[in-house]
Amino acid sequence: MKTIHADQCRDMVIAACDAIIKNKPYLTEIDSAIGDGDHGIGMSGGMEKAETALKGKDFATVADVFKTTGMTMLNSMGGASGVIFGSMFLGGVKSFGTDPELNCKNFSEAMRAALDSIQARGKASVGDKTMVDALEPAVAAMEKSDTEDLTVMLGEAADAADTGIEATKNMIAKFGRAKSLGERALGHQDAGATSVGIIFRAMAEYLKTTE
Amino acid sequence: MRKILNEKGDIIENSTKGFLEAYSRIYESVPDAAGCFLYRNRRKDKVVLVVGGGSGHDPLFGGFVGKGLADACASGNIFASPNPQIIVETAKAADAGKGVLFLYGNYAGDNMNFDMAEELLDLEGIKTAHIRVWDDCASAPKDRIEDRRGIAGDIYMIKIAGAACDAGLSLEEVVKVMEHAGENISSIGLAASSCTLPGQDKPIFELGENEIEYGMGVHGEPGIERTVMQPAEKLVDRMYAELKKEMDLKQGEELAVLVNSLGSTTLLELNTVYGDLYDHLKEDGLTVHDTEIQRWVTSQEMGGFSITLLRLDAELKKYYDAPCCSPYYAKEQIQ
Repeated sequence: MKTIHADQCRDMVIAACDAIIKNKPYLTEIDSAIGDGDHGIGMSGGMEKAETALKGKDFATVADVFKTTGMTMLNSMGGASGVIFGSMFLGGVKSFGTDPELNCKNFSEAMRAALDSIQARGKASVGDKTMVDALEPAVAAMEKSDTEDLTVMLGEAADAADTGIEATKNMIAKFGRAKSLGERALGHQDAGATSVGIIFRAMAEYLKTTE
Repeated sequence: MRKILNEKGDIIENSTKGFLEAYSRIYESVPDAAGCFLYRNRRKDKVVLVVGGGSGHDPLFGGFVGKGLADACASGNIFASPNPQIIVETAKAADAGKGVLFLYGNYAGDNMNFDMAEELLDLEGIKTAHIRVWDDCASAPKDRIEDRRGIAGDIYMIKIAGAACDAGLSLEEVVKVMEHAGENISSIGLAASSCTLPGQDKPIFELGENEIEYGMGVHGEPGIERTVMQPAEKLVDRMYAELKKEMDLKQGEELAVLVNSLGSTTLLELNTVYGDLYDHLKEDGLTVHDTEIQRWVTSQEMGGFSITLLRLDAELKKYYDAPCCSPYYAKEQIQ
């Protein structure tokens, strides 16, 4: 479909929250290999709060959905992930303006703005073994996509994120605890990138169910 | 590892509740900011000092709120920085109109959350500045000092910043004092056993029964060398050598020394460490102005210790010697 209304956008984000909450043990396992082991706890905690803030509420604009999600995550999670994943939703709020509907164009513009704000804040580039390694290819896929079908575009973005996650296995970390591991972090995928992949896949799957 | 925890409620909130009830004559909580509190007799008409970071390193940071120390503390979850909202609420509650100095360890999460808080406070017209503590000389080479982590040097930094605020300096002047202090504080740690975070099943890192690691961080960040366990003299030899080189220590210089337990290492052991360290300092013609042997910056029940050296000049000595008092750090003027 070409567009979804803000209320469906809310349900799409709730689907992403559910997927992160369900994958808490998986994210913990991945993060324990080379990080603090608290990524799954932090993410699922933030997503639980975001889900509570979204559920049963009516939203007039797409921006409201993303702002509520991002602010709730930012002001409940703490840690680096609170700022980074909060910004994934907050960074694009301005570019949605007052649009009541989500479409391919405003979504890809918003995610580009979110990526820019994450990189300005966290200083990570592609290749540093962070969530940017999944988000950047996902955003690029959205921009490159010549479809006007949201479901198709999100599917492409999720595939690109998955490729990005796989690539983090061959990277030496420049941020977080894994930074000090040097080559010992090779072979392990980044937990933040994994979360990005889970979020995109869940949004794509939600859109399929609304067809 | 068995942890004494409640069946219900949030781990950090339950712990903070006990702390604040025990010391309610000294502290009051910040409204709408779980885990954050203020010194009741905090600074008036002066720059205020707000410290903070992840929980689980007790008594850091909250134990260093008090007379001559910090005015308030913003704490996050275990090993995770506080979020911008609670930092903002804490700073607003503490602000006395002369500016807020944030002091915290140099970690990515803390840096980002405190930066966001400063941007939000700026919009509300509250003047802020920050000092990041990066005393751990084993965490990155000197040419990448901004990649270094903050460990037990946090305490000396809080001590000096508190005294500088008490002296009535402006925000800019306090920052200047603290930059100078930061250049004269170095630490190195040693891990002898791992720890488990409350609520988790596995230890945060694995260390063999007979292994130690030099330079390991307080969140289990890898250090500079993993080797077999050795007698205390040998451990101290290596750690002192690193600090001496790092600080370019010279005969006649005056130091304050902190030997700090990372959790389960006992006073009996720490005192032994200091005895060994003192021999080195004496041999190199260094003067020890003051020593603390404490359990101040911990990682739960992690085994091991850190050594922190503070090189004193007239200015830093004046602030170091100023009196302070909290449930964990009390100092009268040294006669």
